[in-house]
Amino acid sequence: MARIDLVDLAHSYGGNNAPQESFALKPVTMTWRQGGAYALLGPSGCGKTTLLNVISGIITPSRGQILFDGKDITPLSTQKRNIAQVFQFPVIYDTMTVGQNLAFPLKNRGVPKAEIDKRVAEIGRVLDLEPYLNRKATRLTADAKQKISLGRGLVRSDVAAVLFDEPLTVIDPELKWQLRSKLKALHRELDLTMIYVTHDQTEALTFADTVVVMHDGRVVQSGTPAELFDKPAHTFVGYFIGSPGMNILPAEVQGREAKVGGHVIALNRAYDNLPAGAKIEIGVRPEFVEVVGPAPGLLTARIERIDDLGRIRFARVRVGDAKLAARAPAGFTSADGTAGLKFDPSHVHVYADSLLVEGAA
Amino acid sequence: MDKTVNQKAWFLVLPVFLVVAFSAVLPLMTVVNYSMQDTFGNNQFFWNGVGWFKELLDPSTDLGGRFLASLGRNLFFSLVILAIEVPLGIVVALSMPREGWTVAACLVILALPLLIPWNVVGTIWQIFGRPDIGLLGYVLNAAGFDYNYVSNDIDAWVTVIVMDVWHWTSLVALLCYAGLKSIPEAYYQAAQIDGASRWAVFKAIQLPKMNRVLLIAVLLRFMDSFMIYTEPFVVTGGGPGNSTTFVSIELVKIALGQFDLGKAAALSLVYNLIILIVCWIFYTVMTNAGVERKVQASSEPAVEPKPSVGLKPVPALKPKEGVA
Repeated sequence: MARIDLVDLAHSYGGNNAPQESFALKPVTMTWRQGGAYALLGPSGCGKTTLLNVISGIITPSRGQILFDGKDITPLSTQKRNIAQVFQFPVIYDTMTVGQNLAFPLKNRGVPKAEIDKRVAEIGRVLDLEPYLNRKATRLTADAKQKISLGRGLVRSDVAAVLFDEPLTVIDPELKWQLRSKLKALHRELDLTMIYVTHDQTEALTFADTVVVMHDGRVVQSGTPAELFDKPAHTFVGYFIGSPGMNILPAEVQGREAKVGGHVIALNRAYDNLPAGAKIEIGVRPEFVEVVGPAPGLLTARIERIDDLGRIRFARVRVGDAKLAARAPAGFTSADGTAGLKFDPSHVHVYADSLLVEGAA
Repeated sequence: MDKTVNQKAWFLVLPVFLVVAFSAVLPLMTVVNYSMQDTFGNNQFFWNGVGWFKELLDPSTDLGGRFLASLGRNLFFSLVILAIEVPLGIVVALSMPREGWTVAACLVILALPLLIPWNVVGTIWQIFGRPDIGLLGYVLNAAGFDYNYVSNDIDAWVTVIVMDVWHWTSLVALLCYAGLKSIPEAYYQAAQIDGASRWAVFKAIQLPKMNRVLLIAVLLRFMDSFMIYTEPFVVTGGGPGNSTTFVSIELVKIALGQFDLGKAAALSLVYNLIILIVCWIFYTVMTNAGVERKVQASSEPAVEPKPSVGLKPVPALKPKEGVA
């Protein structure tokens, strides 16, 4: 049980003297509070696994510190940290039974036999592995094996945090829900800090109460799923979270108006102090753009196709060179393939060099 | 539909028949023929029935005594080199680097002894061990050890065994290394997190993952050492006395030295039979190991833990509206 602080933490596989741009993990300072359910979300190669391995001690960071409850544990080996980690592919010890697998971490730490039996029985119960404790672990299904991997982490009573590295990759889709619900339940029952690495936004948003989005070795935003959706701090977050992602349009922004291709879009806030020379864009989620019949005063777009997602329809449209997605209301059709776009001003965000700019009220 | 009958197709198979007949069947049958007869040269043969085989298995006769003694020596030799080469090969494989240019260097160095022709290996050690000019023999004698593989039984055995270990441990090591390389990195990381000691990692991960290649290594090394001829022949010539005369050396002595074709033929047939039986036993053991696992798998359907019981029910989590 611990709060985890990362202080100016960075890692480069090329050594500390490599140019900072090449760092797999760029300097980051953040806090993971005790008992939180976190998701580390980002595309492949964004540094999320590196960050995870740095926390678990598999990788020693090039610079910076990791604090568990304020105590610097950066130089400690994995064995000495109270960390459990579940990997992408289930790791089980073939020659042992399920029970022996669960007992392995305790046996290695010289815990008395009676204590081991008690813990194994308890974890077996929590994970519904009781009927299999005396069986060889090799013949189990992937999700059961993954539970064993998880169990080996949970069996230690002193564990500070459980790290998951895309643990559901090899699990059948229908079992994914079950196992994820199980993780959620465990989180509530055991009051553990959990950090869950994934590139699947659904997994991240359903599992975590705080989602940390990473991009190109940097933590670009950390917040609740709602925050990430409503107010992406970085155009990448807007694009990566949500399906389809946020529409990003180059624009000229002046006061409460944004100009896109000569057309004026109203903004809810005033943006007078935009940095000079920065690349200015506006971002708006497809949910807050509506396609309607072409009308004067609306941005005109050409409709390429309409995707029916069942619950909602999205029109894929083109404005000049830019491609956008927009909500198509029920019954909307376009006779000549053109449409007008209606923006919801309260959900249009302004980005300077990809970073969110807060306007003045 | 009728099959086209064309007996000319036999002509396509004929070459193989001929080659196999002349290279394998006829020689083997000749050996079988010889094993039932006795000859005193001049191509004159006398019928002896199963006489040679009876003699061969009777330790009180000259032939039987020589055969059984060499067989015993051969089995002892195989056991000793297996007991040395297998653990040593594992240790070498474990201490090899896992990545970087040193891997290639290690592989090349390990492969070197395997590339040397057997009689050259013998010659190398024959000279290496000589007390007068050989580095090993000279140094040992200078250090006060009375080492001479030509006159001392134990020295001869030690030389032959060390030579075989030098020649073939690489093979075991390379096989084990291949087995080790196939273990995913996550296993080691998980073991690290589980706080496993070096020994626990070996027992729980590395050894179980290596058992298949180890079985192959044992099989190869047993067969090879059981039919060893060249190296001990070159180094000790079977001596001193008969102390390093293995079955194949005895066989060649009888067949080409004494020209006792009947005895030699009987001996080689029995020798062949032993190799076949050992091969068969190994083969059965190896395939059975796989079958056992399959049987276990089909009789015990893959276990699927039931959905949570004894836990607070968890409502199915749905992705947030508009997000998914």
